[in-house]
Amino acid sequence: MRPDLALVADLVPAGSRVLDLGCGEGDLLAHLFRERSCSGTGVEIDPDAVLAAVRRGVPVIEVDIDEQLGEFADASYDVVVMSQTLQATRRPADVLQEIGRIGERCVVSVPNFGLWRHRVGLLLRGRMPVSHELPHPWHETPNIHLSTLADLEALFTSVGMRVEERIVLDEKATRMRRGLAANLRAGAAIYLLTRERSHGTLGS
Amino acid sequence: MPTAEGSLGFTRTERAVLFTGDDPLVLAGGRRLGPVEVAYETYGTLSPERDNAVFVCHALTGDAHAAGHHGDPGRVGWWDNLIGPGKPLDTDRFFVICPNLLGGCQGTTGPTSPDPHTGRPYGLDFPMLQMTDFVTVHRRLLEHLGIDRLRAAVGGSLGGMQVLQWAVDAPEQVRDAVVVAASSRLTAQNIAFSAVAREAIMRDPDFSDGRYAENGRPPHLGMAIARMMAHITYLSEEAMTEKFGRRLQGDEPAGSRMGLGVDFQVESYLNHQGETFLDRFDALSYLYLTRVMDYFDPFADPAAVERIADGGSRFLVVSFDSDWRFDTAHSRRIVRTLEHAGVPTSFREIRSAWGHDSFLLRPPGYHETIEAFLDGAAR
Repeated sequence: MRPDLALVADLVPAGSRVLDLGCGEGDLLAHLFRERSCSGTGVEIDPDAVLAAVRRGVPVIEVDIDEQLGEFADASYDVVVMSQTLQATRRPADVLQEIGRIGERCVVSVPNFGLWRHRVGLLLRGRMPVSHELPHPWHETPNIHLSTLADLEALFTSVGMRVEERIVLDEKATRMRRGLAANLRAGAAIYLLTRERSHGTLGS
Repeated sequence: MPTAEGSLGFTRTERAVLFTGDDPLVLAGGRRLGPVEVAYETYGTLSPERDNAVFVCHALTGDAHAAGHHGDPGRVGWWDNLIGPGKPLDTDRFFVICPNLLGGCQGTTGPTSPDPHTGRPYGLDFPMLQMTDFVTVHRRLLEHLGIDRLRAAVGGSLGGMQVLQWAVDAPEQVRDAVVVAASSRLTAQNIAFSAVAREAIMRDPDFSDGRYAENGRPPHLGMAIARMMAHITYLSEEAMTEKFGRRLQGDEPAGSRMGLGVDFQVESYLNHQGETFLDRFDALSYLYLTRVMDYFDPFADPAAVERIADGGSRFLVVSFDSDWRFDTAHSRRIVRTLEHAGVPTSFREIRSAWGHDSFLLRPPGYHETIEAFLDGAAR
């Protein structure tokens, strides 16, 4: 399992019902079912990944995260996971609203465009970054909405989500002991989010 | 992954009397029916543990002959592309069972069977059926075969509706449910098409209030029209365009033969579909079976989906993007209901140009998904 997925898994309480948006081949869910007695569903649109996940016994619903999250009922999952997927959606703010509606807690992991190396590259070379976390050239990347951690945290606030916990990862996707200057130093981050009370009517 | 696909070769239809006058089938509507004989086929070998049975439920006009051939290797069963050695319903691994359903006309007791009280065919005295009655008979067949629990139940269209009903009636008996191109509740448009088909049959003077078997003149006109219309709903517009376009019959230039007969190729095709249907299907079965679909609404009872969730069945739901008989919205409704109740549910909408009929074909990704699901179920 990808090292960042192990960190995501640690944020999911045992026995939870989990919705994994962009579940790929179902690595995280298979792990959570096996090791933490979780249940749940994956969402994926890559056909080969869907087949691989279904073959290992992970339920996968093939719907478009941008258009069809309305298929999932309010507060129907304990945890909604979006691992390295939010930056590939067309309207991240809408998607965040939706996952907040569906899940009691949300675990969102994202690459950090604000990493110093990306800044320096853009400043000195004038080219969009290609890195471990962002491996695609700009014209082929599925990551159409890149943000820095600071941008992202501002968006969480604006859609009424509270950051309960933040784990910052270095460029090798291992956990950084201190989050100091994370927006400059982190290759990626994982957030545990809950809805702010003022936006909590959907969960009642 | 499947190895090289093989053929089942020669297969035969078996028969069993599952209910008798003394031990009648008690229908959901309260009436009793006996005897009930069922025609069925099996493929593969039942394991010593009796844990590898896969039940196939057929659609409206299907029959027990799902795979292999009955003597002419060129004429194979209706789901031969799915069932056989190395195929998704792999007969090297699974023991596959396919019966003709109750009310049918291909060997299982239906409206043309003799009524033991009169000695004449039941006709319209045959009782109205519900989806759960099909399942009751399927379950008795399993009992007859000495099988407690299914590894999987698989069906397309009306077959998928039987699978869903089975998971409601006896979820502990169905480990894995595969529901393809089906519906949990027909729309007004679906019922409207069924209604016109039934009207065409019942308004045919030869229908004779359902007593046509006795005078030897079935309502062929009504049957053919019902089938022609239904067939339009089984194909997508795109498929019809590709198959026929606006091409005319024969070689004459357009317009030189304009008349009110069979001018266009699509008309000839529909005529052919209507004609061949007469040899293999019965008008009364058509009336009774379509009516079962009209009334099917298992989720009207909120306890139904809770029973499925408690029973532990896993579901695979598949739709086809060009199907307008039961479009993807029908499948999504099933998925939403199951998923919300916590039933482990996978769903795919498969791209296919061929409309509702796609469930009998092999559009890319379709069979692969069933194969992966049944493989995953093994873990």
